[in-house]
Amino acid sequence: MQIAHRATGKNPLARFFFWRRLPRWSRRVAPIVSSLFILPSSFVLTSCGHREPPANITICNANEPESLDPHIVTGVSEMRITKALFDGLTRLEPRNAAPVPAIAERWDISPDGRTYTFHLRPNAVWSTGEPITSADVVWSWFRALNPATAGDYAGQLFYIKGAEDWYNGKIKEPSQVGIRALDDRTVQVELNSPLAFFLELCSFPTLAVVPRQVIEKHGDRWLHAKPLPTSGAFTLGAWRVNDKVRLLRNPRYWDAANTASEIIDVLPTGSPNTALNLYETGVADIVWDKDLVPSELMDVLGKRPDFHSFTYLGTYFYRFNVTKPPFNDARVRRAFALATDKNRIISKLTKGAERPATHFVPEGVANYSAATAPGFDPDAARRLLAEAGFPGGKGFPRVNYTFFGAAGGGAKLHGKVGIELQQMWRDVLGIAVELRQIERKVFYSSQSKLDYDVSMSSWIGDYNDANTFLDLFTSTSGNNRTGWKSDRYDALIKEANLQTDLQKRAEIFRLAETILIADEAPVVPVYFYAGFNYYNDAKIKGIWQNILDEHPMQYIYKKGRGVKGN
Amino acid sequence: MYFLRRLLSLIPLLLVISFLAFVLVRLAPGGPFDRERKPASPEIERQLQAKYRLDQPIWKQYIAYLGDLARGDFGPSLKYRNHTVTDIIAQALPVSLLLGAMAFGFALGVGIPVGYYTAVKRGRWEDYAGSLFSILMVCIPGFVIAPLLVMGFAIHWRLLPVALWASPWHAILPVAALGLFFSGRIARLMREGMLNTMQAEFVTAARAKGLSEHTLLLKHAFRLAVLPVVSYSGPLLADLLTGSFVIETIFQIPGIGIFIVNGSLNRDYTMVVGLVILYATLLVVLNLLVDFLYTLLDPRVKYE
Amino acid sequence: MGESKAGGASVPASQLVSSLAPPASPNERAWRRFRRNRLARISAWFLGGIVLLVLLWPLVTPHNPDMLSDNQFQPPSAKHWFGTDVHGRDVFTRVMYGAQISLLVGIVGAGVSLIIGVTWGATAGYVGGRTDNLMMRAVDILYSLPSIIFVIVLITTLEGLLKNWLAAIGSDGLAKSARLIFLFVGLGAVSWLTMARIVRGQVLSLRTRQFVNASRVLGAGPVWILRQHIIPNVLGVVIVYLTLTVPAIILYESFLSYLGLGIQPPMASWGSLIAEGAEQINPIRIYWWLIIFPGGVLVSTLLALNFLGDGLRDAWDVRGGN
Repeated sequence: MQIAHRATGKNPLARFFFWRRLPRWSRRVAPIVSSLFILPSSFVLTSCGHREPPANITICNANEPESLDPHIVTGVSEMRITKALFDGLTRLEPRNAAPVPAIAERWDISPDGRTYTFHLRPNAVWSTGEPITSADVVWSWFRALNPATAGDYAGQLFYIKGAEDWYNGKIKEPSQVGIRALDDRTVQVELNSPLAFFLELCSFPTLAVVPRQVIEKHGDRWLHAKPLPTSGAFTLGAWRVNDKVRLLRNPRYWDAANTASEIIDVLPTGSPNTALNLYETGVADIVWDKDLVPSELMDVLGKRPDFHSFTYLGTYFYRFNVTKPPFNDARVRRAFALATDKNRIISKLTKGAERPATHFVPEGVANYSAATAPGFDPDAARRLLAEAGFPGGKGFPRVNYTFFGAAGGGAKLHGKVGIELQQMWRDVLGIAVELRQIERKVFYSSQSKLDYDVSMSSWIGDYNDANTFLDLFTSTSGNNRTGWKSDRYDALIKEANLQTDLQKRAEIFRLAETILIADEAPVVPVYFYAGFNYYNDAKIKGIWQNILDEHPMQYIYKKGRGVKGN
Repeated sequence: MYFLRRLLSLIPLLLVISFLAFVLVRLAPGGPFDRERKPASPEIERQLQAKYRLDQPIWKQYIAYLGDLARGDFGPSLKYRNHTVTDIIAQALPVSLLLGAMAFGFALGVGIPVGYYTAVKRGRWEDYAGSLFSILMVCIPGFVIAPLLVMGFAIHWRLLPVALWASPWHAILPVAALGLFFSGRIARLMREGMLNTMQAEFVTAARAKGLSEHTLLLKHAFRLAVLPVVSYSGPLLADLLTGSFVIETIFQIPGIGIFIVNGSLNRDYTMVVGLVILYATLLVVLNLLVDFLYTLLDPRVKYE
Repeated sequence: MGESKAGGASVPASQLVSSLAPPASPNERAWRRFRRNRLARISAWFLGGIVLLVLLWPLVTPHNPDMLSDNQFQPPSAKHWFGTDVHGRDVFTRVMYGAQISLLVGIVGAGVSLIIGVTWGATAGYVGGRTDNLMMRAVDILYSLPSIIFVIVLITTLEGLLKNWLAAIGSDGLAKSARLIFLFVGLGAVSWLTMARIVRGQVLSLRTRQFVNASRVLGAGPVWILRQHIIPNVLGVVIVYLTLTVPAIILYESFLSYLGLGIQPPMASWGSLIAEGAEQINPIRIYWWLIIFPGGVLVSTLLALNFLGDGLRDAWDVRGGN
């Protein structure tokens, strides 16, 4: 009955036999439901036409960059990209990460070490063709020093005379700040005191030279300007969030002759297993970031030839809140430190090339060889604890070990380390420490407010010098976060930084470090980070391992796909 | 008329939701700029707060936010400081929409037939097998299914790409991983709906009248049986279209799901509120659609 | 199904005699039906077994769930039935220990879902009109808010409020369980929303039915109708959705653990064990026992729960199954 009814129907689709077979109600529902499928399918078909040339090198970097503005980035993964886009007066060479000329071709240093005169290259130009002048350099540094830019690392410039006062509004005249353009090609910088690592600091992204032309016009969105003038070896081809950052060779770069690849794709990768999969299937050529290595596989990966590990400029440690009992007593802190079996943590948990930290400043730092703190000594630990009034852990108040958890790579480790530490303290000292896992942001704010007893911590150095680690614990440093103050320590650090003789400087640092980890121990270093990357040596060239994990992308190429045909 | 009224009520609803989200996200301890390393000067922190209006009282911030919203500006992202929330939504939403729609289709395409079949063959081995499958899909989380699929199809048998989102081939595994999970639920709900309807009076009546089992079940019982699935589809589709954090992380897909979770964890206030507004709009519109579908499927349903 | 029982088959004398006995009450009849369902019976026993194991696990296994050792990543053996994990802890003990929390999580989620979700949805669907609109929009609002932030805010606010009170009490165990309770509250708060929506859909369809109209004509009040007619009829969907809510809650807790927000170490739940095990899936080497065992126990428990639910629904269903 139904069929006969519909045979003459106004519905043009009635011709199709199957349409007549469908129940009536579905004929009204079907359009709605099918549009849900037709729309996406058409999307798929149209997007097929969008084809990009393949990249010469594909790299798995860590998470999506927060920004590519060198004056506001804080993370290592962002800095790798900004260094490819924007040069500074100096840059770091790929083998040992030593500072070499970039935009500045040479410099003069005054005998007292406070004044640097940089002579800029005549052939330094933006990727859009305009010359890079000293006015650009001065403007860039003042932009980094501008509170409105709100860059976290503006403090890197505070070593310059008057910079900090300028930032805080105490000086209003820019000429009172020690950054001056003497002429079109010369920049003069006056420091507060001689700085052993100033040349290296000049390669730091906060001191990079950025294009005034587009920043003045576009404000915060200047990185979306097309064309984007860059001062580095590459230009920004594409930046798709969570998808990729595509870097294209900048032919106008003064060193363009040495740029080894035309196109480099940098993929933001969140999960270590995904990075491994991408590498194993050949989609990614290089995976570089210590958080992108699955820690359980470290022992297997470590034996492969394409897996490289190296000492890295970072320390994993834990802090005490010294403002509250029982950790206001240095003996208790030292007892905890002596009860920590660092080798066990490394062999059981991290399994990589990490080294147990018997001192705070990592091994391999330039111009320094560190002091040594006592290692794992359970008897001494128990003795100290008894001296402090808690023999065998009796009467010890309830304390917690705070750390944060997060998805993906490195953060899972903190909980595991906490569990092992908990057991060590229980077995050696007889103290039951509670574990307290809190969310990352809550963790940072708790640490700042000194709302913890013992807290997991880590620190990566900004530049290759002991100062970046030791000045953390001066009483004025915002990164102290232990409540610990020592006038002697402050004085030592200050004195060291005024010292031009590197030997004497190292001596002073050593004294300071002894106070920090042996005598007072507001922090206990656990291990020194190891950096990792994996790539096939036979095919990928232009990468060398160094303590700063610095691999300028300019030199990287794949054999057979390089620009120079090598 | 009813539906038009519902659509208009979207505006006050969005105001309430956006305000709640706005306040909720600022209640969480920790701010967007709290990091491991503190800036060298407290002035820097002050500047950051001032730049994004975070030092003002909450109601003032909200009024300013509404002003921006009226001009279609969701504000700058506090975490990705060179992008506005609109930038990110414009790039990431189409990908999630695509992935979500395909996963929805997959889930329905697998779930409804399995549910139907297990209900019809109730008590026999097909029922147990189908139920086993559905329950397995319900119990196994996405971050287990996805790596297993990748290990099998992408690495062991090298049939499909392992991650990323560059071609239709790349879509197969993520869609399957996402869709399988929900297909289990849909199958269970479908089965329940079918079992219920198969016992209804009109079915017995029609059977007594001699209507063939097949026509009966497919043409008449089905439309009522599918009601629980339809109820569930509204929020399901809203969830799928706004991306899945787990799938997008594992397959490195540039969708919007990562931003919803990370926005909360990073305290990216503008991002969270913007995405909440987007999600709420989708949800209300889809629920409206679902309610409309009810009237089509079950003519007894009437709204006042 | 639904073969008609009507037919002219000869009836044995014993059945005639029993049919003359006083009729059993509906509950007794339902119970009898349930017991006849073999699968449901097996599932009930299995669940009972799990609960027993969970309560008595210290007697079953010699290991302590917190006991670290140097034998990490050992495959299953006579000494460690489920193998060991990264810290050298016995996985079997951890699974049993974690069962407590997961079962509790499931019960809380199911309970909240049942009580709040069903009442909310049934009322909205039955009353209709503006009340329906308002109630469902409230559900929409709560559903739109990002649950992760909600959980974070809830936990930290509650912790902050009760911190001083807890410190004063000084009991170690109470502090730990306080955090757990806050987590449950957070999980419960997000679990009832979809149940409300589904029940509302069913009720909308039901309320226009003949028997409901008939009751109304006879003067029955809405609450009575809800209780006697509507709710028993949505019971089927409710039971099925409950059996879907429990795994959803457990998996959501697993997701929170994956993000680092869930159970505090060194405690464990099936969800956190699965999240830990999921990291192990990679093409180079899998410590399969870390994911198969917790996953397997979870799946079999939920399977049993499901079949039990099916059996219950079949037995108590108003219009009868077989």
